[in-house]
Amino acid sequence: MPIEIPKDKWPGSIKKVTLGGTSAEGGTRAKSVTVGGETTLPYLHFEAPTPNKPLIAIEIKSHKPDDWSPLLAEIWGDAMNDPARWAQKAEEAGADLIVLALTLADSPDDAVKVVKSVLGATGLPLIVWGPGQAEKDNDLLVPVAEATKGEKLMLGICEDKNYRTIVAAAMANGHVIQARTPMDVNLAKQLNILITDMGLPADRIMMDPTTGALGYGIEYGYSVMERLRLAALQGDAMTQLPMIVTPGFEAWKAKESKVGEGVPEAWGDWKARAIHWETLTAIALVESGADIIVLRHPESVKRVKDTIEELVTV
Amino acid sequence: MALSGIQIYKLLPQTNCKECGFPTCLAFAMKLAAKQVELGSCPYVSDASKKQLAESAAPPIRLITLKAGTEVKAGNEVVMFRHEKTFYNKPGLFVRVKASDPELAAKAAKADAYKVNYVGMDFTVDGFAVEADGGDFVGAVKAVRNMTRRPLILIADDAALLDSALSLLAGESALIYAANSSNYEALADVAKKYKAALVLKADSFDAFADLTQKVQAKGVEDMVLDLGGKNLGEWLARSTQARRLAIKANQRALGYPTIFFAGQSGPEKEAVYAAQAIAKYAGFVVLDTFTPELAYALLVLRENIYTDPQKPIQVQPGIYEINSPNADSPVLVTTNFSITYFSVANEVEGSGLPAWLVVTDAEGMSVLTAWAAGKFDAERIAKAIKGFDVASKINKKRIVLPGHVAVLSGELEEELAGWEIRVGPREAVDLPAFMKQVLN
Ligand code: B12
Ligand code: SF4
Repeated sequence: MPIEIPKDKWPGSIKKVTLGGTSAEGGTRAKSVTVGGETTLPYLHFEAPTPNKPLIAIEIKSHKPDDWSPLLAEIWGDAMNDPARWAQKAEEAGADLIVLALTLADSPDDAVKVVKSVLGATGLPLIVWGPGQAEKDNDLLVPVAEATKGEKLMLGICEDKNYRTIVAAAMANGHVIQARTPMDVNLAKQLNILITDMGLPADRIMMDPTTGALGYGIEYGYSVMERLRLAALQGDAMTQLPMIVTPGFEAWKAKESKVGEGVPEAWGDWKARAIHWETLTAIALVESGADIIVLRHPESVKRVKDTIEELVTV
Repeated sequence: MALSGIQIYKLLPQTNCKECGFPTCLAFAMKLAAKQVELGSCPYVSDASKKQLAESAAPPIRLITLKAGTEVKAGNEVVMFRHEKTFYNKPGLFVRVKASDPELAAKAAKADAYKVNYVGMDFTVDGFAVEADGGDFVGAVKAVRNMTRRPLILIADDAALLDSALSLLAGESALIYAANSSNYEALADVAKKYKAALVLKADSFDAFADLTQKVQAKGVEDMVLDLGGKNLGEWLARSTQARRLAIKANQRALGYPTIFFAGQSGPEKEAVYAAQAIAKYAGFVVLDTFTPELAYALLVLRENIYTDPQKPIQVQPGIYEINSPNADSPVLVTTNFSITYFSVANEVEGSGLPAWLVVTDAEGMSVLTAWAAGKFDAERIAKAIKGFDVASKINKKRIVLPGHVAVLSGELEEELAGWEIRVGPREAVDLPAFMKQVLN
């Protein structure tokens, strides 16, 4: 009995976003990277190829964090005290990009210095996050944006309360923006509209739809990403941006990854569990359309990269 | 596929005789489409129409139930994406053991005894797949059956061997793996004899459609498909295609749940393979590796993906006693989102410290979500404290708020005159230390 396989043909597609300025663009990156460009749902090769495979970013911080899981401290070791070395080790671990998270302890001068030292230590494109407090983010990200013109960084994390100053700095200096909204299609659209209204072209924005860890709300992140991708393919222009997600941050906050003692025996081996937690959180988001996945542990990076490779191999 | 009101109307007598209690046949058809009335209320529907209506009401993916001492269901799904409605039957997680493995009984026993609690729910694996790989298959099935009450999948291609094994499983519904175009007749006969479900294997959807019809003609209705494929990309494509064919193209011949083997490339990749299968439409997932940490992660993922998006998992609002509190124990306030409640309750319980935990009705939202949505504000908290008559249980009128909503303390002081409002830590992990050092 001949069966015809139903195929979707979509009117819309996802925009491409390029990060990392090479010397040709006045930057110092060894190469630039491009994400986005999808014309159908993730990895459905029978409808269309995956134009740009999702990339992995490894998150490092300007100061050694004191609230990270001991498993992360163990694997990165001393490098955590030196962002430049940490970035190099992240590159060795297979990162396609580096996320450098600044902290409240950084002054604007420190911020510029640490960004420059990381840029000097690796040729990978760089994403820079402020510490997550509106005023401080502006204080740090504006001088960083100015001091790195041509590097085509991604700056974040912009939210509805706090996007103007950072967007203006990105616009003036050729950078890209990470726009975060709390798990809601309409809020995501609205923020993209506000940002493009300021004059930043849409191909310099990535959406961060927010995610929860496995067991802590991942189903909301998973579904909002599926809905955003469907809306985009159906032709809704303000959702046609590639997505960046932070499963590393979320999964390593969960008790399952963070602590090894005083947990139920049924949770099993701590280290193996923690890696599963980060990996499975990430894989679920890869399946629902993530374009950049920010992780923390090298073993998860390896597993998620292998997974993506297998998904794009026809 | 479900028919629309108009489609149903075309199957009705269209005489508007009103005997069904509705003014017109169309009005009745609309109610039928919305499943608010029974077809039986119209005495005049023709037999041909009845048959067509019954067929359209059948689920696009057949419900398969495997049963022994416990049972597991797959199928009956109606959507491609969970946000469109919900996913219904969580894929059964089965652990494979091989007849030749001398450790078989021990391996099965370990997985069978496994139980893990996630936000108040106990999860276990669902059953075992026993594979005839040259060892004593019937003996292995017997050994596993003595060890566990859970349903079994029998992996063998010899009908006589399957017959002997199934004869041990009287009264159960097992799953046989697997029939193909050359051996389906013998396997279908065994499946029919023992009321077992049968897995089918084929190279294409064309071939699957032929095979399911042939097996059905042999008298077997309960089928499961093994779609095959070489890697994650291909599995995703085939799984998506099968689901679409059943749900969107209404292909009855392909309307069956699927089975997926996650251990195809060793234990390293197993977690990832199983995760994709859980998210993307498998009805049964067979694992080769059983470790508690892997089982826990997959069981939680499965729960998350299959949670009804319309209703977050909640606990009953109320005042909960943890570690037998008395009149001097502290009062902690939280929301009724299950994950939130259990994060807090588990921490406090683990510390051994007694406390009263007041769970407010925040419509099943986390602390910050509820706060942002106006469902966890001073007014609601005050209402809960008064409504549950917390004052009657304690000596000192004092409550502890989650650190994330410190901003509420001023307003709460006004709402709850005479009460002391304390702000606790942001994360529940830090509660025991806070209770020891700061309270008292
Ligand atoms: C999942 C989620 C949702 C889900 C809802 C899940 C649910 N059932 O609650 C959805 C997608 C529906 C949602 C919706 C919204 N969300 Co929301 N959401 C989240 C997310 C990702 C996770 C929340 C969660 O489940 N956390 C896990 C639970 C266990 O945490 P918790 O309840 O806080 O409990 C912890 C502590 O508070 C503490 N604790 C709890 N009780 C107690 C008690 C005491 C005494 C103590 C000491 C401690 C303590 O212990 C727990 C563990 O440590 C967060 C962001 C994030 N990653 O955290 C945003 C977040 C909470 N959401 C946010 C917002 C704004 C919204 C919306 C208003 C957006 C919108 N306009 O649509 C809506 C509101 C809902 C509505 N109008 O219907 C914001 C809140 C911002 C703020 N600070 O005000 C957040 C922080 C995201 C962000 N960064 O912007 N959200
Ligand atoms: S009883 Fe049947 S025929 Fe009469 S109005 Fe109702 S639906 Fe129409």
